[in-house]
Order: sequence, then C-alpha cells, then structure tokens
Amino acid sequence: MFFTEDHEYIRDLAREFAEKELAPVANDIDKNDEVPQRIYDLMAEMGFFGLKIPEAYGGQGLDVRSYVCVMEEICKKSIAASLIMSSANSLSTAPMLLAGTEEQKKKYIPGIASGEDFMAFGLTEPGAGSDAGSMTTKAVEDGDSYILNGRKCFITGAPFAKNTVVFAKTSPDKGSKGITSFIVDMSLPGVSVGKHEDKMGLRGVATSDIVLEDVRIPKSEILGEIDRGFITAMKTLSIGRIGVSCQGIGIAQGALDEAVKYIRERKQFGHRLADFQSLQFMIADMETKLNAARLLVYNAAYEMDNGNDVTKAASMAKLFATETALEIVSDALQMHGGYGYIKEYTIERLYRDARVLTIYEGTSQVQKMVISGLVIGK
Amino acid sequence: MNILVCIKQVPDVSTLKADAATNALPIESAPNIVNTLDTYALETAVLLKDADAEIKVFALTMGPEAAKEALKSSLSVGADKAYRVSDVSLENSDTLATSYTLSRAVKTIEAREGLTFDLILCGKQTLDGDTAQVGAQLAEHLGYPQITAALEISTGDGKVRARRETGDGYEVLETALPAVVTISKTAYEPRYASVKTKMAANRAEIPVLTVEDLELDAARIGLTGSPTKIKSTYTPKRKTGGIKLEEEDGVIAAEKLAALLSDAGII
Repeated sequence: MFFTEDHEYIRDLAREFAEKELAPVANDIDKNDEVPQRIYDLMAEMGFFGLKIPEAYGGQGLDVRSYVCVMEEICKKSIAASLIMSSANSLSTAPMLLAGTEEQKKKYIPGIASGEDFMAFGLTEPGAGSDAGSMTTKAVEDGDSYILNGRKCFITGAPFAKNTVVFAKTSPDKGSKGITSFIVDMSLPGVSVGKHEDKMGLRGVATSDIVLEDVRIPKSEILGEIDRGFITAMKTLSIGRIGVSCQGIGIAQGALDEAVKYIRERKQFGHRLADFQSLQFMIADMETKLNAARLLVYNAAYEMDNGNDVTKAASMAKLFATETALEIVSDALQMHGGYGYIKEYTIERLYRDARVLTIYEGTSQVQKMVISGLVIGK
Repeated sequence: MNILVCIKQVPDVSTLKADAATNALPIESAPNIVNTLDTYALETAVLLKDADAEIKVFALTMGPEAAKEALKSSLSVGADKAYRVSDVSLENSDTLATSYTLSRAVKTIEAREGLTFDLILCGKQTLDGDTAQVGAQLAEHLGYPQITAALEISTGDGKVRARRETGDGYEVLETALPAVVTISKTAYEPRYASVKTKMAANRAEIPVLTVEDLELDAARIGLTGSPTKIKSTYTPKRKTGGIKLEEEDGVIAAEKLAALLSDAGII
C-alpha cells in the first residue's frame, strides 16, 4: 500500500547488505567502538549516503520511502552503521537544502552525498538540550565576518567532521528568534573538539563537544537569513524524525528476531520456551505493537513524499516507534533470562543501543509537546 | 572485446532446513538466487570491463519467466545487456540439450547484435545440478578451446590466460580467443549493486529467444534431446555415530586417532 516495486528492490539490496556485511560485524562495532571503513565504503558505493539528496547535488534523488526501506533494513542489524547515513540524508544536508544558497549547496552537498565529507549538526549545548532556544554560543558581527564563541555538546561525528552547521545567537535578547546558522570549517583556528564521549550504546560513531574560541566565519558561510536559524533547526529536526523512527522499527525487529530464535531453542521444565503461552503472548504483543509502529512510520514517509505537512505525523512516528522499540528490546531481553544480561548475546547490545532513541533528535516529551500543541492549538 | 556470461537461476538450498523425518529438503519453498559460481564468473567479466571501457558484457540464461530476476540481478552488477532463452519445448533439457541450446543462442545473439563473443564465461558448476558439464559442452558445440575451473584470468593479444585449480595445485593455461572459460570460487567477491543500478536493471528490457529464434533441431532439445534419464531420486541416508576428534593441536589429534584405530584392531 505504501511501497512500489522500486522500493522493494531497494529494500532487497539493503537487506542483502545488512545480512551479509553488517550482521557479522555488528557486535564488534560496539566492542571496538568503531565502524569498519569497509562498511562506509560499501554504503557509499551503493549510494546510501545520498539516497534522498537531489541528483543536482550528487545524490540519488530518491524519495523518503526509499530512505525508510534502506534505514529499516540496516537498523535491523546495526543502528550504529545507520547513523552516518541518516545524518548525511537529513541533519547534514537538510539545513543547506532548506536555507542555503545555490553556491553553498553546490560547494558542500556533493561531498556529503558521496560519503567523502561529513557535515556535523551543532545545535545542542551543555545547558541547552530540549530548550535549544536557550543556547549561549554567540556570533558577533565584525566587518565581513562573524566571530563565534561557545561550546556545543553531544555532536555526532564531530571528531571526523569536515564542516559543522553551528547554531549561534546573533541577537541574544531575542531568544529563539535571535539564532543564526553558520557553516563552520572544522580546520579553522579556534575550533577544537572534546574527548569522545564514552556512551552506553550506539558505540562506533564518535560523539564529542565542539569548542569555538574566537572563530572567524566569513559572511558567505552564513546559512539562510540572520536570526532565522532556529526555524531551519526545527524544520531539519522534523525531517530527521523519520530517520530515528526507522531506527526504532529496525532495532525492534532485530530484537524480536533474536527473541524468537532464542525461545525456539532454549528448553526449561522439559519444554521449549516457545511452547509456554506466557511467552507466546508476549511475542504476540511485540509483533502487534511493532506493526502499528511500522504503519505510523510508513504513513509519515508516504505523506512526506506527497508533499504534505508531516510535523505531527513524523512526531507521532518518532514517539511511538522509539517508545515501542524500548518495550520490545526490554521484553526480548527478558525472554533471554540471565543470558540476556551477558555481552555475548546480541540482545544485550540492542538493549543499550535502543536506549538513546527516545532521547535524541527530540525526546519523547518534546514529541508530545509538538503533537498536543497541534491537536489543542493555541 | 565482447564477453558473454552464462548464468543459471537456482534454488538457494542453504536457507532450508531438512525435514526431520525424511531428511528431504523442501526445494519448492527455497528462494531463487543466481548460481554462486556464476556470480564469480560475472564479476570476473565486469572486472575486465572496469579496466577496459571497450569491453561489453552480456548475460545469458535459459529459464522460465522467474529467471528474469537472475538477469536483472546481473544487469545491476555490471552486465550491459541480457538475453533469456525460454520455450516450453526446452523443459526437461539435460546438460547436453542445454549446452546445445546455449550454443545456438550464442550464434543468434551475435547475429542480432552484429558482434562476436571473444570470451564466454560460465560458473564451473551449479549448486543444484552440480555436474560441471554445461560449460565444457558449450565449448565443444561451438568448437572453441576451453579452460575449466579458473581462479583468475587475463586477456591480451587475442588470448586468454587463466590460473586454474587442479587436484594437486595450480596450473596456468593460455589459449587463443574465442574461448570458453569456467570460473571457480575466485579470491574476489562479487560486487553489490547500487540503488541506481538496481533500479535501472529493474526497468531494463530483456529480450526472450525462443526455439524458433534459435532455429533449434527439435530432436536435440527438451526431454527428447536429453540422453540423461533419471531413473529415481532419493535422499542419501544420514550417517550416524562416529567419533569426532576436536583437538586444537593436529599432532595430539593424530595420536588420539592412531590410538583409537589401534584399539579397534584396524592398525
């Protein structure tokens, strides 16, 4: 109902890649805290980094549903491997596609689409998470440039990013209406990155602070209009929500598959665990919730492809798919008993990997603010 | 240079579980894949094409409508054009009838495309039939030299040179083109398609050649043209019992084996 034959072909390709290439290394990615370069090279060759980036800027020009198909299949095996891909297709490029000049788009997007350059997204600060408007990073006009000072934190890929879209206050007294976005070359004097955060899950992609000390950014690198950056940030996050919801349904399917495999083999009280009705009913609940989540995600992607406003649909997909993912990985781990608590079992990693999904790119509570705000009105 | 790669769609039996009671594999329910060694043959051809833009790679299969998927898959990983031979009267062809049909297809495609195939590659054998006969027979029908079980090949000066595996090791053979080479498991893995090539392959026109197009001799195709007669098929009995020595050290394992054989009065 939501997909065409082309989508199914793309999904087959991603599934083959995930099963043959990702599944064997997924636990090592977590253990070594590194995604092998070979994985990125293959994803680049297959066109995954530029999946929904327009062809004019070196991408594949495909629709949101194609992106959903690939993300879901990859996330069944490894969300860590999906992170750079989802970033390239949304957080890295959406700000430029939404607000950039033609020159900026031509300069930056092709490198991201081909997987050669990474562009990080610098919004969050130590004191400004869900309340992004309260950021303190400042940009002060100085001749033909702006001088940036401040600290961003939890920035995915910051240590290896070539550039970062940094949001900074240009009119500090105007709150969220005084924020401007800049393209910051990470090799500029005054730019430094903090230590890699030692994360609970989603290991393999470095996350760190970005510190800006008197960084001079030419006015040609302002993204969009002065004081209009917050709108760009919010619109970008709205697009990104589809990606995170795919991570939710992908990892939930991965966890369900692990649980089914385990309960079919494990015997207690003389029977397979799969023969106990209490566990059968848990599986039924998991499968039903997962299918409901999937339909919300597919629907949001379908509506986006049809040019409709999906603010609410994407928030609902993100909220439900990620909360459901947490429930499913938790139940799947429960079925593994003590073994689920041991690192040798994949479910242990899935449990940790999934935990961030209800937090990043808008917490569940922020999604509820968005959804209720649109339902109740002002 | 033009290269033709013969491929076959086969059931992927690796995904199946044998029936516990009968030991039989439910072949009908297996998903179809391109025969593994054929994918290595295709990759070998596409690697030659990567190094020489003048090279064109064609894929050919004989099979029903479903076999179109195998050709689409070949197009998505580097074949330039694909042909499918299909006709009800070809059903139940054995290797001899199949290789005869393919040899006629080679000539027919050459005439249609206005070219000659310098090199014809086949997988060494298939996962289902496992005979390793079709490639060799195809060379005979065409009157071309053949090299079987090649691990790597190179071309130049109108010749093909191949390193092939033998029971004792390796040997390097060279022959003049046109030639047929069958490919074993190579050191390199077949590439993945990209989303773009996958979608383009899905839209590609794949011409179908019939018995009439190939001007086949009716006595040499299908069941009539197949000297191989299948008397019966059965699943071999699974051997049970036995002792498995799983020592990390080969010497210790050998000593244990010798002791066991000695105890049993065998040595």
